[in-house]
Amino acid sequence: MKIPFISHTAEIKDSPYSIEVKELTKVYGKFTAVDHLTFNVKKGEIFGFLGANGAGKTTAIRMLCSLLQPTSGEATIAGFDLRKNAKSIKKNIGYMSQRFSLYDDLTIYENMQLFGTVYGIPHKELKNRIFESLKILNLEDKYKTLVYSIPLGWKQKLSFATAMLHRPQIVFLDEPTSGVDPIVRREFWNLIYEAASKGVTIFVTTHYMDEAEYCERVSIMSNGQLKLIGTPTELKETMQVDSIEKVFVKFVDR
Amino acid sequence: MPAIHIQNLNKSYSHKISALKNVSFDVAEGEVFGVVGPDGAGKSTLFNILTTLILPDSGEISVLHKDIIKDYLEIRKSIGYLPGTFSLYPDLTVEENLIFFATMYKSRIKDNMSLIRPIWQQLLPFKNRYAGKLSGGMKQKLALCCALIHKPSLLFLDEPTTGVDPVSRKEFWEILGSIKQQNITVIVSTPYMDEATLCDRIALFKDGSIVTMDTPQQIIQNFAGTLYTLRTSNIFNLLNIMKHFSCNCTFYPYGENLHIIFYENTSTALPQFENFLKENHQSYDHLTQITPTIEDCFIELTSQKIAL
Repeated sequence: MKIPFISHTAEIKDSPYSIEVKELTKVYGKFTAVDHLTFNVKKGEIFGFLGANGAGKTTAIRMLCSLLQPTSGEATIAGFDLRKNAKSIKKNIGYMSQRFSLYDDLTIYENMQLFGTVYGIPHKELKNRIFESLKILNLEDKYKTLVYSIPLGWKQKLSFATAMLHRPQIVFLDEPTSGVDPIVRREFWNLIYEAASKGVTIFVTTHYMDEAEYCERVSIMSNGQLKLIGTPTELKETMQVDSIEKVFVKFVDR
Repeated sequence: MPAIHIQNLNKSYSHKISALKNVSFDVAEGEVFGVVGPDGAGKSTLFNILTTLILPDSGEISVLHKDIIKDYLEIRKSIGYLPGTFSLYPDLTVEENLIFFATMYKSRIKDNMSLIRPIWQQLLPFKNRYAGKLSGGMKQKLALCCALIHKPSLLFLDEPTTGVDPVSRKEFWEILGSIKQQNITVIVSTPYMDEATLCDRIALFKDGSIVTMDTPQQIIQNFAGTLYTLRTSNIFNLLNIMKHFSCNCTFYPYGENLHIIFYENTSTALPQFENFLKENHQSYDHLTQITPTIEDCFIELTSQKIAL
């Protein structure tokens, strides 16, 4: 079987946005987990998606990644309709979860090879890309190392590089820095920033409020609804406080 | 006598991974002691040893004046433990879980209700719900009730706030404050540096060793450089340019600000820095000296230069 080669220049409809969400809703029985979500994310933007535990963030992300069918509403992700082209969306986005992302008993290279192959990247090209990204991470000579033996911070950086191998237009990062060393946390954000400067849209959730300040725009979800959206400066000015942490506390307390 | 005494504790796992290296410290009675460090620092291994769940390779360790190897059964009766992963019975209700844990310790809910009442009241509306169906924050509160219901003299909390949102974290620390007032010694681990200031004393852990240990105030006072902050519109752009700035300093983003630690005399370093910014056409404001946070201290203690 010939596996189609995926690149980031797949057919995209002409729009300044890589994520367009309109009235997106998910209802479980009597419970509305996500309630008429409407927002856009620009191409190449670093978009922070915040909210209290249980606010509906994970449900929303699962829908945006086309892993979960919405009850109602529309969304266009990476130029594709969420309802009609779920498969194309999956090919054009990257996803990195907080905990599981790499196989402990495979080497660094094998992990990247596995995920790259799943996305249909041809063997030779994949090899080039793997070593290219390992070079950036300074892990070139560690490619034969089993993943279980490397520190968590490296794992997270490696997961990010792996999620980027198929050159997605958008990458979803679900609490990528939870529990990570303060120094590595900052190195990780440098990777995020570099990817964004190359045009990749970053959709990121975090419980570290200082990291929310690194986002171009931040949104806050509460009870399934998107309650606030804007640049960190705008939000702080609106709420008349001096940090996003205080915006969050003030907002969620209400 | 300290509630916990640890002398030269070592623990390694197979594959030669050394989880704890020569760790020594005491926790005084009535103290809230914080074990602060990133994942992989050895926090959970330490907790598993102190709660008598795994054995150390070497070291002299006593908990509540009892030896963790000889007297482990005695120790288990008088400690409470909130593990890092949710460990209640998901298919028992909220109330059933509490009854179960009380009974295991041969105690009754009503005997120690006063200890958990403020938290239990928040759980009451859900008392017939299965524990597995609770939200993350509620699960954590129930776990805390179950760890407290036999009125332990020493409470172990392994990362109670990891993955918890800032508002719930704040709430959890308020609860801890009330537990301390009941004369219960608390040892709590966290990867969040900002929570360190809420402890009486902390040990900063990295790679299985203690980087430093003291009151948060004293750790901040011992900060070995001069910390400056400045604000700029594009911090990552500035960081890229700063790669070319040579000085005896460490710099890193901190929220919307850039932090820069000078290890030399700032009367020469600071004008050099300002000059450098000017030459590179970087606009900035609020360049001021500030008091470091525990996170700044951790960065200062664990690195000379951040690889950016």
